[in-house]
Amino acid sequence: MFMQNNQVNDENMREISFAEAIREALAEEMRRDPTVYIMGEDVAEAGTPFKVLLGLVDEFGTERVVDTPISEAGFSAIGVGSAMTGMRPVIDIMFGDFLPLAMEQIVNRAAKIHYMSGGKLRVPIVFRTTLGAGRRSAAQHSQSLHAWFSHIPGLKVAIPSTPYDAKGLWKTAIRDDSPVIFFEDKMMYSLKGLVPDEEYTIPFGLADIKRSGKDITLVATSSMVQVALDAAKKLEEIGLSAEVVDPRTTWPLDKKTLIASAKKTGRVIVIDEGYEQYGVTAELAAVIAEGAFYYLDAPVRRFGAMDVPVPFSPVLEDQTIPSAEQIVEAAKDLCAV
Amino acid sequence: MTAYQQPLPPAAELEDSVLLQMYYQMLRARRLDERMWVLHRQGKVAFHISGIGQEGTQIGAAFALRKGYDWVYPYYRDISLVLTLGMTPRMLMLGLFGKKEAVSSGGRQMPEHFSYRPSKLVTISSPVGTQIAQAPGTAFASKIKGSDEVTVVCFGEGTTSQGDFHEGLNWASIHKLPVIFLCQNNQYAISEPMSVEMAVKSVADRAKGYNMVGVKVDGNDVLAVYDVMREAVARARKGEGPTLVEGFTYRPVPHSSDDDDRTYRSREEVESWKKKDPILRFEKLLYERKLLDDAKKTEIEAGIMDEVNDATDYAMRAPYPAAEECLYPVYGPLP
Repeated sequence: MFMQNNQVNDENMREISFAEAIREALAEEMRRDPTVYIMGEDVAEAGTPFKVLLGLVDEFGTERVVDTPISEAGFSAIGVGSAMTGMRPVIDIMFGDFLPLAMEQIVNRAAKIHYMSGGKLRVPIVFRTTLGAGRRSAAQHSQSLHAWFSHIPGLKVAIPSTPYDAKGLWKTAIRDDSPVIFFEDKMMYSLKGLVPDEEYTIPFGLADIKRSGKDITLVATSSMVQVALDAAKKLEEIGLSAEVVDPRTTWPLDKKTLIASAKKTGRVIVIDEGYEQYGVTAELAAVIAEGAFYYLDAPVRRFGAMDVPVPFSPVLEDQTIPSAEQIVEAAKDLCAV
Repeated sequence: MTAYQQPLPPAAELEDSVLLQMYYQMLRARRLDERMWVLHRQGKVAFHISGIGQEGTQIGAAFALRKGYDWVYPYYRDISLVLTLGMTPRMLMLGLFGKKEAVSSGGRQMPEHFSYRPSKLVTISSPVGTQIAQAPGTAFASKIKGSDEVTVVCFGEGTTSQGDFHEGLNWASIHKLPVIFLCQNNQYAISEPMSVEMAVKSVADRAKGYNMVGVKVDGNDVLAVYDVMREAVARARKGEGPTLVEGFTYRPVPHSSDDDDRTYRSREEVESWKKKDPILRFEKLLYERKLLDDAKKTEIEAGIMDEVNDATDYAMRAPYPAAEECLYPVYGPLP
């Protein structure tokens, strides 16, 4: 079954964490399909540094939960090679910041093989990785690089913001015949949310309205959805009704839902944790401006991460991530209150 | 062309004062590292990645170098190495807290990404191994400049599976560059034992594939490491090319403050290696040679604890960078 919104009234719901939702999705898909396997650094006994995969090796063994030497370029290539010949690998890149090490395989190989072979070869692979700052991990453990992959034809990019979305999108990602880059916010693993007992998937390219409103639209992705919801709550206190829209996948992109919300409210702020310069916020703002220009009462505003390598010092790092307070101020400005 | 340096004496001919300096450097790094763990467990700092257990390899290597003259790419466990080459406990503590005065980056960089221009220490990257291919670039520059400075690049054995290792060693050997590849083999890449990382028994064996000298040495024997490094440095200074040195040691602590090593190795294994601690071993030797006794040891410990306390207090009191500095220095100055 397809489910678009979190149906909190469903009696078959349980509250589980973002990490548990991901682990469940992977375990269920591995039980369903013997061609699915996981490969990466510290995925087996350690269950990854964030412990998201803990226990999978006990059920599926080291043949399907495979620890690799430190060699991102190498095991990404092994993933691509095995995917072309019938497997469905989940390639675990411990931090999104390590994706550049595997760039040739992702951008020049996985993304293009289907097209370059005239559709004869498929690469049903998922690169599993993280995004998000705030963990005091500095410049090379904190970046949100999903814009890079959203830019490349041939790749799909999933960026869930709730346990429910994470599980449903993960199952779709594994079943998809195209390469998918799956970004998890590393600060969100303990976030709890309702997830149904029964099987479900969420299609790519379908945005979710996390909160309905009429005065302003906050388009937010991944780590920024909770920030936007927090801002919406604060705006409600001063009488502004904010709608929060989560695209859930940056590619394919649900332009229709974004444009419809913009037409309804007439004011839009786009929030994403990637760098602001040439970022996801720029693309989303352009889509909205093109599709809803005559309905807008003000220019689209955008908030990305500050255009600086993420600093270590807490005083500096905290400034680089968009905050609910900034969004509230911008919303008040756009709504002239 | 700079005159070739006089080769350093072999370990057997080192003066007593040098041996005691080695001991002091090992112990000081250990005590400082232990304090960093405590500060993390107290919630005062965000992260710590430790060099405990690897002091033998690092100090043996540091004493074979010319401080402030040779280039060094330390990796994140090289606390003893960078302290010996000129960084101070205060500097490291300031970095740990991310304070403004921290010399490596003024709080921009992770604490153990050491860099310090006066000591010619070059920062590493968090994706491991990229420095292995950069170090031959530094050595290439030295060769072009006609300098007899050498470059040492440090990394763990896990990193030798990265492509940069192959590309760096291949290039260095083709051009006979003055670079020493110092692998600190602590037997684990986070959770993965050597058997998962490589099919060879020794990292040094890989040197054969590049027609390079490869030496495996007991990394917990500081003097043995010193001797191997001394020869490698002499070879590099004379233009006879690079060396791959493998200091075989152990990491008796978790990978980092975020890691729990109980999920992937037994306590018995860890305890057995703690008995082979490089500091205990060197201490025993110094006692045997009557260079150290209980009174002298107590005195050295007291001096070190004063330094560690001073560094801790100083760093805790020091100011953070100002919020307005956040965008500085993304780009270099305009021409």
